[in-house]
Amino acid sequence: MLVALLTAIAIGIGALVALGVLVLLAILVIALLKMAWVAIQQRRDLFSLDRWAEVLDTIRRNKTRTALTMISVAWGIFVLVFLLGLGRGLDNGLRHTFARDATNGVWVTASKTSIAHDGYDVGRKLTFDNRDYERAKSAKVPGPGGQGIDHMSARYFIKGGSFGGGEMLTKRNNKANAFQLNAVYPDSIYLAAQFVESGRFLVPADIDQRRKSAVIGRGVRDYLFEGENPIGQWIQIVGVPFQVVGVFSGQGDAEQERQIYIPVTTAQLAFNGGDKINMLEFTIGEANAEEAKVIADQVVAQLAERHHFDPADPQAVRVHNNVEAFERFSKIFWMISTFVILIGGFTLAAGVIGVSNIMMIAVKERTREIGVRKALGATPSSIVFMIIQEAVFLTGIAGLLGLSAGLALLEVAARTVQNEFVRNPSINLDVGIAATIALIIAGALAGYFPARAAARVNPVHTLRDQ
Amino acid sequence: MSRAGYRAPLALASSAVLRLEKVNKYYRVGTHSLHVLRDIELEVADGEFVAIMGASGSGKSTLLNILGILDDYDSGDYWLGDTLIRNLTERRAANYRNRFIGFVFQSFNLLPFKTALENVALPLYYQGITRRKRNQIAMQYLERVGLRDWAEHTPAEMSGGQKQRVAIARALIGKPRLILADEPTGALDSETSQQIMDLMSEIHQTGITVLVVTHDSDVAARTQRIIRLKDGKVMSPHEMLPGTSHPGMQVAT
Repeated sequence: MLVALLTAIAIGIGALVALGVLVLLAILVIALLKMAWVAIQQRRDLFSLDRWAEVLDTIRRNKTRTALTMISVAWGIFVLVFLLGLGRGLDNGLRHTFARDATNGVWVTASKTSIAHDGYDVGRKLTFDNRDYERAKSAKVPGPGGQGIDHMSARYFIKGGSFGGGEMLTKRNNKANAFQLNAVYPDSIYLAAQFVESGRFLVPADIDQRRKSAVIGRGVRDYLFEGENPIGQWIQIVGVPFQVVGVFSGQGDAEQERQIYIPVTTAQLAFNGGDKINMLEFTIGEANAEEAKVIADQVVAQLAERHHFDPADPQAVRVHNNVEAFERFSKIFWMISTFVILIGGFTLAAGVIGVSNIMMIAVKERTREIGVRKALGATPSSIVFMIIQEAVFLTGIAGLLGLSAGLALLEVAARTVQNEFVRNPSINLDVGIAATIALIIAGALAGYFPARAAARVNPVHTLRDQ
Repeated sequence: MSRAGYRAPLALASSAVLRLEKVNKYYRVGTHSLHVLRDIELEVADGEFVAIMGASGSGKSTLLNILGILDDYDSGDYWLGDTLIRNLTERRAANYRNRFIGFVFQSFNLLPFKTALENVALPLYYQGITRRKRNQIAMQYLERVGLRDWAEHTPAEMSGGQKQRVAIARALIGKPRLILADEPTGALDSETSQQIMDLMSEIHQTGITVLVVTHDSDVAARTQRIIRLKDGKVMSPHEMLPGTSHPGMQVAT
């Protein structure tokens, strides 16, 4: 009962707020249209030096007022630009963190069991095999049109590298170095944010025929080939000859490009793998975090069934769900960005309202002047235009100052602050232009209401006031 | 003032600068309505020099504002030249004020931050005349009121009489057919008042119609005709004091 009442109240308030916003928007739109009409009527004056001389004259007469107005607007736009840039930097930082791997990727790695299950003791080391790879392909969200796996790969972890991992000594002529060797299926290309620069990536035929094909990263090419075309050339990986079929580049760090990809089947044959698989990796198309979890759980359940471990065992397989992680981070960063924009926007709004306020006072101060002008033949639209022109001029100049200051600070920040959270804080040119246009509109709006008050000045009363 | 004269407007239309027929004006004060002007009948011929007199509250300011198209009236007709002034757009009203009427105020109403020259030139600004041209014209008018040397001074540096002469130059620069002066000598000493009225007479001599609102009978005495207002009504000649009636009406008809 109480809940229903509260809900009703909440909906009521929401509706009122929405209505308020709509009315406000309508008023603003009408004001803008009216201003456009005035501008059309007064277009001759827009480019009239005389007119600008008049505006500059007024501004010069009120230096303190002008300065205060400009400071409030400049500060508003400065804060807005800086915060927007910072938001961008945070976003860049997030994207960079995820840049190495596909944001819709899921990785399921075999590990050790931690729960006794099906008569097996804890601490059993798990491995998957090629059949798990085949079976996992069918995982999808139940129901028609449910999201499923769109790219599937699996890896065999080659052991015994230079540092105990997969870093294998790779030689060509008299050059040698340890590079991370990955034994994968062709679809693995989709799991990392990387693309083939020359030649090709692995293809199904490489898998079927267990070819000794290798796709090397740019870093590997640069080291081993030093500018020569590597395609078709042979390299030795721990003594096994492989033919380079392609070169890839990545969007992540340099380490990503210091890797080599070979067909998983070839690796199993060459490095004692049998049909062993250590990790399944797949992308899940357009699935959201929830759907991604459903799919990942299905894959884990299949594995648990075949390999006799408890699907609830938190250690048996390690699941890294990028969709979930990315969505979680995105949400946090979205909130931060929204917050940042709101603060900046409100600061700017405060500045613009300040301009409006000051213009309103200015109009009050100048009632007599406006009355005289009207008596001498000034049309209301010329009065409106005079005030708006002044407001736009003030906000425009102040806005550009704030914009430049904000951009300068961002430039400094971009040079000094560079970590995993903030990266290349900056704003786009279009954002800058949009901000400037918004500012001019805001200036016009700030001027509009005082201008309307000015146009309504009744010369009868003002001119007789002593 | 014979009503019969107004029934034959066609004969007058060409020579009348302004003509009011049964003009009424109300001011709404709260729930009350104040009847400020009652059936005003008034005609001013081209080239006349007329004074409007009346005690404060008699409606003379309201009348002047209506004549100057600074205020609306509620019923009746107001003809300015051949134009019926009713429901004009603000734009047209501004245009008429600019080209037809010159205003002179008691408190001068010069813009304090502008020089005498710029003040005089202001009406031409609203006619879209270039700065160079209008300053040139303004200088001629300043010369005409004897203030050529004061062109670059701001109003604060000038005496009341000088300010009023600047204001008169400003009223004249648009080549109006009608000058409306609201207590033009109200803020001036008697000697300066005389000079200003001399200037008004001179203007009248050039063929411009001059209408002065005043409560100063010395000022009124220098005009051709006095229209008296009382409680929002134009007093008919027989209601007036014998000594102050003027032959102006006869000239007009």
